[in-house]
Amino acid sequence: MSALGHLSTPVTPEPVAARKGGRRRTAYLLLLPGGLWLILFFVVPLVSLVAASLYDPNGSIEAGFRMTWSFHNYVDAIADYAVPLGRSLWYSLLTTAFCLLLGFPLAYAIAFKAGRWKNLLLALVIAPFFTSFLIRTLSWKLLLGDNGFVVDALRTVHILGSDGRLLATTAAVVTGLTYNFLPFMVLPLYASLEKIDHRLIEAGSDLYASAFTTFRTVTFPLAMPGVVAGTLLTFIPAAGDYINAQLLGTPKQRMIGNDIQRLFAAGAYPTAAALSVTLMAAITVLVLFYVRRAGTEELV
Amino acid sequence: MTTVGRWIGRHLILFIGLLVLLYLFAPIFVVILMSFNAPKSKLSYTFDGFTLHNWAHPCQPFGLCDAVSASLRIGLVATVIATALGTLMAFAMVRHRFRGRAATNLFIFLPMASPEIVLGSSLLALFVSGGLGGRLGFWTILIAHVMFCLSFVVVTVKARLSGMDTRLEQAAMDLYATEWQTFWRITFPLVFPGILAAALLSFSLSFDDFIITNLNAGRTVTFPMFVWGSAQRDIPPQINVVGTAMFLLALILVLGGELTRRRRASRAR
Amino acid sequence: MTSVTSTTSATATAAPTTGDLVLSGVSKQFGAYHAVRDLDLTVPEGAFFALLGPSGCGKTTTLRMVAGLEEPTTGTVSLGEQDITRLRPYKRPVNTVFQNYALFPHLDIFENVAFGLRRRGVKDVKKQVGEMLDLVELGAFGKRKPNQLSGGQQQRVALARALINRPQVLLLDEPLGALDLKLRRQMQIELKRIQTEVGITFVHVTHDQEEAMTMADTIAVMNAGVIEQRGTPTELYDLPATTFVANFLGQSNLVRAAIVGKADGQLVVDVHGSKVTVPVPRCRVTEGEIWMGIRPEKVFLAPAGAEQNGGNALRGATVTDVSYVGVSTQYLARMPWGQELTVFEQNTGARDTLTVGDPVDLHWQPAHTFVLDAAQDALAGVEDIADDA
Repeated sequence: MSALGHLSTPVTPEPVAARKGGRRRTAYLLLLPGGLWLILFFVVPLVSLVAASLYDPNGSIEAGFRMTWSFHNYVDAIADYAVPLGRSLWYSLLTTAFCLLLGFPLAYAIAFKAGRWKNLLLALVIAPFFTSFLIRTLSWKLLLGDNGFVVDALRTVHILGSDGRLLATTAAVVTGLTYNFLPFMVLPLYASLEKIDHRLIEAGSDLYASAFTTFRTVTFPLAMPGVVAGTLLTFIPAAGDYINAQLLGTPKQRMIGNDIQRLFAAGAYPTAAALSVTLMAAITVLVLFYVRRAGTEELV
Repeated sequence: MTTVGRWIGRHLILFIGLLVLLYLFAPIFVVILMSFNAPKSKLSYTFDGFTLHNWAHPCQPFGLCDAVSASLRIGLVATVIATALGTLMAFAMVRHRFRGRAATNLFIFLPMASPEIVLGSSLLALFVSGGLGGRLGFWTILIAHVMFCLSFVVVTVKARLSGMDTRLEQAAMDLYATEWQTFWRITFPLVFPGILAAALLSFSLSFDDFIITNLNAGRTVTFPMFVWGSAQRDIPPQINVVGTAMFLLALILVLGGELTRRRRASRAR
Repeated sequence: MTSVTSTTSATATAAPTTGDLVLSGVSKQFGAYHAVRDLDLTVPEGAFFALLGPSGCGKTTTLRMVAGLEEPTTGTVSLGEQDITRLRPYKRPVNTVFQNYALFPHLDIFENVAFGLRRRGVKDVKKQVGEMLDLVELGAFGKRKPNQLSGGQQQRVALARALINRPQVLLLDEPLGALDLKLRRQMQIELKRIQTEVGITFVHVTHDQEEAMTMADTIAVMNAGVIEQRGTPTELYDLPATTFVANFLGQSNLVRAAIVGKADGQLVVDVHGSKVTVPVPRCRVTEGEIWMGIRPEKVFLAPAGAEQNGGNALRGATVTDVSYVGVSTQYLARMPWGQELTVFEQNTGARDTLTVGDPVDLHWQPAHTFVLDAAQDALAGVEDIADDA
């Protein structure tokens, strides 16, 4: 009897106003304006993007496009742009890995080592956001430039040859991408690390676990929701980015975003739309696979 | 020796963390430095000499200040709309149980999980098929910005709201406050920091956005678009003045907030 | 203290009815889960009433229905003449001291206490709050924020915030749960004193049987959404009505037995072959299989074969465990049928303590025995103590 009583305790009482009859209607009313906005300007556009990807590829803005169900647009798009597509996914994978590698110590330091400076450090992570990221990316151009001190230093220690460059290389593009999306990794990581009771980690080391074992068996699993959220928030936008490739790379580092942008600008809507849909589909497949492997359904 | 080793061991993570923070700030230092640059030629993007000229004449490059003003106007309006709509949604999500709540949650998350290029191109596809292809500008940018800020607002306000103890509202009602009074005297003041954070986030996202804006801007030029355009040709140092000013503004806001919080805490003790 | 009684303030927005708090036929369902089932309860005006039970028994839900924070699925709640079942919380002359206090973190102590007065548009807020803060000995803390106070201080603020409204009924939801043992004892005495002085009806929800027994003049023991028994602490302890009450309030030895006859107002009970007697009024059932109950401290352990002085006796037991706890010694005695019974003996020093393996007999007065329905679970209420302690 009592066991039953304990089982049933998680039934949380509804909040006060739950008694009001029109409560459910209130919820829908609150959701209506924002929801409508998202439906009109997020869902409907996606549908029209899919539609545009099936238009007659011979149309133009001036002449208009006809719906011809040209599935062949996809075949063409993938045949022509498989390389930048693959490169985009590879670069964003690298970016995600570097962000995790750099972001974890920072998030951990803020959550557990910063003491009274916690809020300040957190604010400093967000502060760069306020300087336009285009300007910041341009700064990397200067930092990684052939006469910049980074290149000088790397040449001195012979990591780079005397005529080695950083700018206009894969390294530069990935550095820029990592830089741009690092805060998106740090913030969710911090959020889930901060929820961890620090005593658990202490308990871990108390049970004669080495620092590394404690990290592997206690800290990291507990931070998993943050890792999943952070990697998604890094990987997805990075895959669609073209700014870093454009400013820090050469056409050899071209990403799929560059092509989509260029095609749209040139008015080749059907092909551009087909590429967009392909990118979205590729990301969705990868993300679903990843989320299933990571075993976290709770994303938000 | 061992004590030094232990000290390093204990502070290693903090040290690495600070190094990463330095990485985050490295370009900012360049931006600040370059805002005082006196370039020798139009095409050079290296530090050639110190001057205050750029700070004295920020509007000198043609179109820069118009772009900044366009960005500010779009940013402010988008922030107000997105914050209002997103806050309402957050309340619905946290405080109400309704059919389709989990699906709504996912739905709100999706725009954050879509690459900007897809969001931007799909909006463009909609505008073009809706016959607005020739009338892109302020309004289409605004629509786009509100759309991608909304999800961030909902998530931010939701976090604050779900951390709030509902017993506080019950206590208020128990102490003779009507639903309306309870909202304005208890709920709103307690959620306000979350709403403020959401608004700041919205503004910075809007002010900073390039990829989506670029596709839907028509002839309107926002500040990031101006930067992009000049990056293809010559980079006027005044761009760095704007960047530095924005950064300082943010820093003052953050530091000021932190200082008042501390002063208030120490005075009350 | 007198300041509170002399403070005249318009009590609540509702009509100034006073009288008993009556719940009749109240049920509350959350989906398929019955939190409270068909509850009838009367709390006399001015009483210090405790609702006692393990977590999840429905006591907090009951309290919330009185406060107006939940609406009963069926049944009515009334205060004196007035039906308050569907009255919004802010229209009831009822205030609550919440579990973990629910102090408003963004308001200082003064404004927290003044909150109810301000909502009702009462004048001289400043004077009343000042007096109330003095009463709870927090006069100097008005400008502080709740998170700058200790747990005990926060508890007193929560009490002041509710009491200042002079409600007809004050509800206390595990008000002392977050305090350490010493502070809890101190606050128990304090609460009892304040209740006696203000004369307001207190309804106190707790899972701590000792707290309920020290403070309340009437206790209702709740389990699984129903009230098992209601009465004074002495009544409940002396003559529990169910196995749950027998185990949840203190400890009991429950032995399977059968009623075999009746003689001069006593029922004769067969306990695994031995005959014992129980006065009829102490029996919940009067025939067939039963649980025979006896409190451990009512039993006297005697060396095997000792004289039986007119009381009940069970013979042939062996001591299997002895734990010395200072004022008393707790024994476990294995009965011939294998069950182990608990016995508490005061350490009066009048006799030697027994040791493990000693053969003993158990003696007790028939008037200390009670008889319960055999259909009930002999272990009901046992684990709950361990869980909640």
